[in-house]
Amino acid sequence: MSIASNRLFTRQDIVGFAILAAIIFIVLPLALDSFRLNLFGKYLTYAFVAVGLVLCWGAGGILSLGQGVFFGLGGYCMAMFLKLEASTPENTSIQSTPGIPDFMDWNQLTALPWWWEPFSHLAFALFAVVAVPVIFAFIIGMAMFRRRVGGVYFAIITQAFAAILTILIIGQQGFTGGVNGITDLRTLQGWDIRTEAAKETLYYVNGVLLFICLFIAQFVRKSKLGRLLIAMRDQEDRVRFSGYDVASFKIFIFCLGAAFAGIGGAMFTLQVGFMSPTLVGIVPSIEMVIFCAVGGRLSIIGAVYGALLVNWAKTSLSESFPELWLFGLGGLFIAVVMLFPNGLAGLYADHVAPRINRLLAKSATDATKPDDATRAAAE
Amino acid sequence: MFADYSMSELGAIFAMQGFAGLILFSVFVLMALGLAIIFGQMGVINMAHGEFMILGAYMTYLTSNLFEAYLPGLFSMYFFVAMIIAFFASGLLGLFVEWAMIRHLYKRPLDTLLATWGLSLILQQLYRSVFGAREVGVSIPDWMMGSLPLTDLVEIPINGIFVMVLAVTISLAVYYLMFRSSWGLQVRAISQNRVMADAVGINTAWTDRLTFGIGCGVAGVAGSAFTMIGSTGPTAGQLYIVDTFLVVVFGGAGSLLGTIASAFSISQAQSIMEFFLSGSMAKVLTLLIVVGILMIRPQGLFTLKLRK
Repeated sequence: MSIASNRLFTRQDIVGFAILAAIIFIVLPLALDSFRLNLFGKYLTYAFVAVGLVLCWGAGGILSLGQGVFFGLGGYCMAMFLKLEASTPENTSIQSTPGIPDFMDWNQLTALPWWWEPFSHLAFALFAVVAVPVIFAFIIGMAMFRRRVGGVYFAIITQAFAAILTILIIGQQGFTGGVNGITDLRTLQGWDIRTEAAKETLYYVNGVLLFICLFIAQFVRKSKLGRLLIAMRDQEDRVRFSGYDVASFKIFIFCLGAAFAGIGGAMFTLQVGFMSPTLVGIVPSIEMVIFCAVGGRLSIIGAVYGALLVNWAKTSLSESFPELWLFGLGGLFIAVVMLFPNGLAGLYADHVAPRINRLLAKSATDATKPDDATRAAAE
Repeated sequence: MFADYSMSELGAIFAMQGFAGLILFSVFVLMALGLAIIFGQMGVINMAHGEFMILGAYMTYLTSNLFEAYLPGLFSMYFFVAMIIAFFASGLLGLFVEWAMIRHLYKRPLDTLLATWGLSLILQQLYRSVFGAREVGVSIPDWMMGSLPLTDLVEIPINGIFVMVLAVTISLAVYYLMFRSSWGLQVRAISQNRVMADAVGINTAWTDRLTFGIGCGVAGVAGSAFTMIGSTGPTAGQLYIVDTFLVVVFGGAGSLLGTIASAFSISQAQSIMEFFLSGSMAKVLTLLIVVGILMIRPQGLFTLKLRK
């Protein structure tokens, strides 16, 4: 852990952030056509979840298998606003009840449910994107961490929540769009989000938001809270007996992870143009954990690379070899856990960074201690 | 809502619904027993448990095809052979997985979750490549078809009874193994204090491997039984995994009686609510109640006092 330095950003951190910024804002937009860029924008929305998981799981030791719930809640909040905007009485005049979303009309609903009403205001929807996941996380966190439920049991119960939400969304078709989800989203305050220019703009907005989340995560990790989290992960009882309120820290970090996931979900809805229960359930939730694990469960920057790489591999592999993809993903899970539990960031810290440092040390006889510094950078 | 029915019809509905609940209970027990051994005793989170069940189901499918083709005279008895094959197929795969993967991860329970999830993805794709993406069903021997009429209105399907009998038999077998055999004694000793068990001469490495293997074997038999009541597809295992874990956790990990009690309460709650609500809402409510109770009582219904 980066106890080596008290500064918010060590030199390695700055280099790491700068390289990531260069990749996201310069290399990818130059190298990819707009279709591929939009795909990478979609992958970046998963990176929000992965960064939250680094804080919860890597730093805090809380493995949540329900991050898809928060991703989905954020995404559905955004989708409800966009759907209401797309369902003006003029647009939906062929329905038996104009002015309500099409799937409600198909399910014989004649009025907008009361809890849909507030989502016709953009300000409320944007607030809800963060607030709804956080409130859910707070309730779950209060109930679980106050009673000292952790580890395996927490993972299983969050998984059950992912199952519950999926069943609920699919079962309540009239209110949620069911299996198809909320589709056919068109405009945001009159701005057509389906055009290529809009998608490119959203990509950059997404990148900026991701960096804001990364800075928050970096701040949390370098603060006293971040160190307490690590201390709790390793020796929870000792921290508790030192007089700290362990549960509150855990609830906070869980809520923060949920907020990140919610923002990611909302950006997903905006860029991809729909939200559906397939992004909420158990399978996507566990896949999100693997993004984090591949990148390195201790590295927030690694999490972004993990999300990009795994998803890119998924798209390209399943395009050319659809049968191989599940073998590949399964093998990846096993390999990451068994062979390099610290993921890409760990590989970098153990193999790449020492060599770079040796090269640097050779060229300039600037004798810094390579090991401490590189570990700090990667972890 | 009851006004439309006469008294005898109502009685019949409740009897049938109660019986449906009992079948669901047997299914839950069969699913959860293997996991109760693996998760309850060893603390390993085996997310591939469902895929071990599906392996048993596919073995049953293969056996039934074999009997149909080569031993049509003995077809009515194929199921008993199939269960044995299913037990050994899943059990041997379990032994291999423990040797290759799980034994390196005993100190990292959350990582067993990820690794076995990877395993489950690989197995799913393997089933899809070998058996095809479509669901397969077995032909049930004649004596298992049909139903037993109790009264004019109440009929009980024979395959349901068969699954129930099987659940009871396997529960008794697991009980005997855990509490009356020397292997069970060793497993319980290890789960209480691994270092001490090692010190008094128990071969913990081999006991762990055998425990995992037997847990997977029981899963295979459960899968074999499932072919009697439904069809088998490559991804069917994933549908059961949350339910199964909740059953084991709700009952209190490590308690066999707790697993059975929780399987009973969850299945009855679900099948009773299904009568009043839609199936999906009944499922949601059941899961919510279980999760709610787990929040109040995280250690589950029944717990063994363990020294950590």
